[in-house]
Amino acid sequence: MADRKLNLTLHVWRQKRADAEGRFVEYQMKDVDTHMSFLEMLDLLNETLIEKGEDPVAFDHDCREGICGMCGFMINGVAHGPRVLTTVCQLHMREFQDGEELWLEPWRAKGFPVVRDLVVDRSALDRIIQAGGYISIRTGSAPEANNTPVRKEDSDLAFDAATCIGCGACVAACPNASASLFTAAKVAHLGLLPQGQPERWERAQKMVAQHDAEGFGSCTQHGECEAVCPKGIRISFIARMNKDLLRAMRTARTPIEERRGGPPTAE
Amino acid sequence: MELRSNAPEGPIETRWDRHRFDMKLVNPANKRKFDVIVVGTGLAGAAAAATLGELGYNVKAFCYQDSARRAHSIAAQGGINAAKNYQNDGDSIHRLFYDTVKGGDFRARESNVYRLAQISVNIIDQCTAQGVPFAREYGGTLANRSFGGAQVSRTFYARGQTGQQLLLGAYQALEKQVEAGNVKVFPRTEMLDLILVDGVARGIVTRDMKTGDIRAWTAHCVVLATGGYGNVFFLSTNAMGCNTTATWRAHRHGALFANPCYTQIHPTCIPVAAAYQSKLTLMSESLRNDGRVWVPRSAEDATKDPNTIPEEDRYYYLEERYPAFGNLVPRDIASRAAKKVCDDGLGVGHEVDGERRGVYLDFGNAIERLGRQAVSERYGNLFEMYERITGESPYETPMRIYPASHYTMGGLWVDYNLMTTIPGLFAGGEANFSDHGANRLGASALMQGLADGYFVLPSTIGNYLATTKPESIDTDHREAEAAVERVGERIGKLFGAKSPKRTPDSFHKELGRLMWNECGMSRTADGLKKAADRIPALREEFWETIKVPGSGEELNQTLEKAGRVADFLELAELMCIDALHREESCGGHFREEHQTPEGEARRDDERFQYVAAWQYTGDLSKPTLVKEPLEFEYVKPTQRSYK
Repeated sequence: MADRKLNLTLHVWRQKRADAEGRFVEYQMKDVDTHMSFLEMLDLLNETLIEKGEDPVAFDHDCREGICGMCGFMINGVAHGPRVLTTVCQLHMREFQDGEELWLEPWRAKGFPVVRDLVVDRSALDRIIQAGGYISIRTGSAPEANNTPVRKEDSDLAFDAATCIGCGACVAACPNASASLFTAAKVAHLGLLPQGQPERWERAQKMVAQHDAEGFGSCTQHGECEAVCPKGIRISFIARMNKDLLRAMRTARTPIEERRGGPPTAE
Repeated sequence: MELRSNAPEGPIETRWDRHRFDMKLVNPANKRKFDVIVVGTGLAGAAAAATLGELGYNVKAFCYQDSARRAHSIAAQGGINAAKNYQNDGDSIHRLFYDTVKGGDFRARESNVYRLAQISVNIIDQCTAQGVPFAREYGGTLANRSFGGAQVSRTFYARGQTGQQLLLGAYQALEKQVEAGNVKVFPRTEMLDLILVDGVARGIVTRDMKTGDIRAWTAHCVVLATGGYGNVFFLSTNAMGCNTTATWRAHRHGALFANPCYTQIHPTCIPVAAAYQSKLTLMSESLRNDGRVWVPRSAEDATKDPNTIPEEDRYYYLEERYPAFGNLVPRDIASRAAKKVCDDGLGVGHEVDGERRGVYLDFGNAIERLGRQAVSERYGNLFEMYERITGESPYETPMRIYPASHYTMGGLWVDYNLMTTIPGLFAGGEANFSDHGANRLGASALMQGLADGYFVLPSTIGNYLATTKPESIDTDHREAEAAVERVGERIGKLFGAKSPKRTPDSFHKELGRLMWNECGMSRTADGLKKAADRIPALREEFWETIKVPGSGEELNQTLEKAGRVADFLELAELMCIDALHREESCGGHFREEHQTPEGEARRDDERFQYVAAWQYTGDLSKPTLVKEPLEFEYVKPTQRSYK
């Protein structure tokens, strides 16, 4: 429980609205306790800003346990900051050194317009799920659960993909602002399970089509997404998704656009 | 006012079945003519919205998060109970029912609990079919574990992320209905008031958190699935945004609030490190299977390195006081025992406000007995989480834990149909009071949320609409416009305090500390009176000095927070009033005046075997108590003993 105190310089991206111009504003933080979480440091900054009558820094957060996926911004160019497998809400100040300068920026991607300061609009990810990220099963019509055994290996692998928290760090880290890791994780989760087979090929096609329509770029195998993913989701799921896509093209009975009533568009 | 549970009579095994037959159905062609508003997209809300949409109703779902997938159900770790009896270890619907009624310390309604146990079986089927990756055996069938002291293994789980996986299942079902055009989801939209027309719930008023736009939405009925009020304590395991605003606004419009003093404290959370702490993190209760709880026998050892404290100077207080159950005593007993040793000055860890509130949970013996590898296999991910937060490794130095507010059993009073005392207003999940009595069993919250959402609400709402056939109303109805005006005025008041100087958090922290000390895991008449006196004054100070920068026409997180704290400041008083009136100890409600010589909770069934439902009278300090007597036909009340 060794106590250290840090003095830090924060450069925080401040932007009032989506269509307003943004800029970095500097704040000096004195005597920051290393047991504090990163967001608690921002809480402290905000308390002082409110007391001065200034607008506090807007940032998204909710569970502060690393599971809801609400939080996330760049710290010195790294999504969720320096500690691997850790969302920014679980990052603690003991990861930093006295005198450091920290640059805080929102996720930067065409598909994630800035709402205010460090807050972005990630509703595109919801629309990708709407396009096919589910297994269709009417409430009440499910068969007895143990009637469909699943190989433990498949189940475990599906689980690895299913742990995605939808935070968007993969998009923010990708030089192409691709949401491929997010999309592939869902395609893999459902496609690995027997329950997900009937919709498997169509699902991959529809989700990828929506992904592209939202303005996310393609995957060119940089691997930045895997490096920042707080849940350690592997890039190999993207390869799996691409295999499903190829297979889907071969097996599709009608062109996808026809079934959806025209090409998908973003709202 | 008389409370009618509307629970069917007759043999308990067939009550839900007969009720389903007796309920009226909405003609399939008419369903799309009915609008249903669902507030909250956790397990109960998302499941209800998805299922109602699938049935053909026109559904609007609202949540304050930026996506429906983030509701706090997502943080549940342990698992979900179901009476599948896959382990052939003697489980049955009746046993799950029995355990839940008993675990709730005989303060829940038998009919509701039986239905919950019945539906639990369908929930597992439904979620598995959706692709929820429950843990499996090598043979491919679903795995189970024993949880929270249950004698049978009936808990289904998905690693330590069961809530996440169940919520994603419900969220995906919901998004499918969005694509189908049956449901519209409004994220970053907060409900701030309820619209009543002639005493019937007909809509809500919301604030768009991005633009500040305040507007009315009308519907044929409204469902609140907005979670619990554990954040009244400021520090809790709830998400930062969890709040009581929707349920409290409904209460002020006439919905009775039941058993507000029933709050659950979880014994194994990471202790508070400093005054700036913003939330508490739960460590799975399973840690108590192998960890030994202790504090130093002498207060002088509080700051010593625990590894240097010899065995004879360690006080294994649970093992000494409860030799039969030891470290595995139920949640409330473990919690109070930790409080007791810290009250006695034996607490360890960081000093906050002049005291140390923490006890050791030591894996030294387990590592010696099982080896580091085995301990790591069982608890590795939890140890890692602990290390990330505290900077200490539980392999090297004992973990420190302390109880924290975790769940609230109280909530809006609902009948068997999950309808509140306001016709057309339903409440599901943690927002209602219905199934857990005075204490919730581990792995039962997820079960109840999904039972309400997938199976109960979609049937009972149909019956309500088919029976009452409400007419459509427009958003320019005078009641809707009046509600919008009320919300605007209240927001104006938050910006227009006479001498603005204090932040919403400063009030929330002060309230939280007061509630935790006086209405937390152990309560006395004196302390509760003190708190009930202090709260109105704090409320007054709030409205005079609250400081909210910026404007209402933009994303303004301080404004959001201020509105929520204002409602906690009202609910808190009701909690104290309820706790003061309940002159007994039961479940999560422990009154120091009412304990056995051994320090156990002492119920008073003769005087308090009822649900205490409170009616708003216009004077927050003088609510009216309405009682719903409880009868136990199938599970006879007994006193717990863990000695």
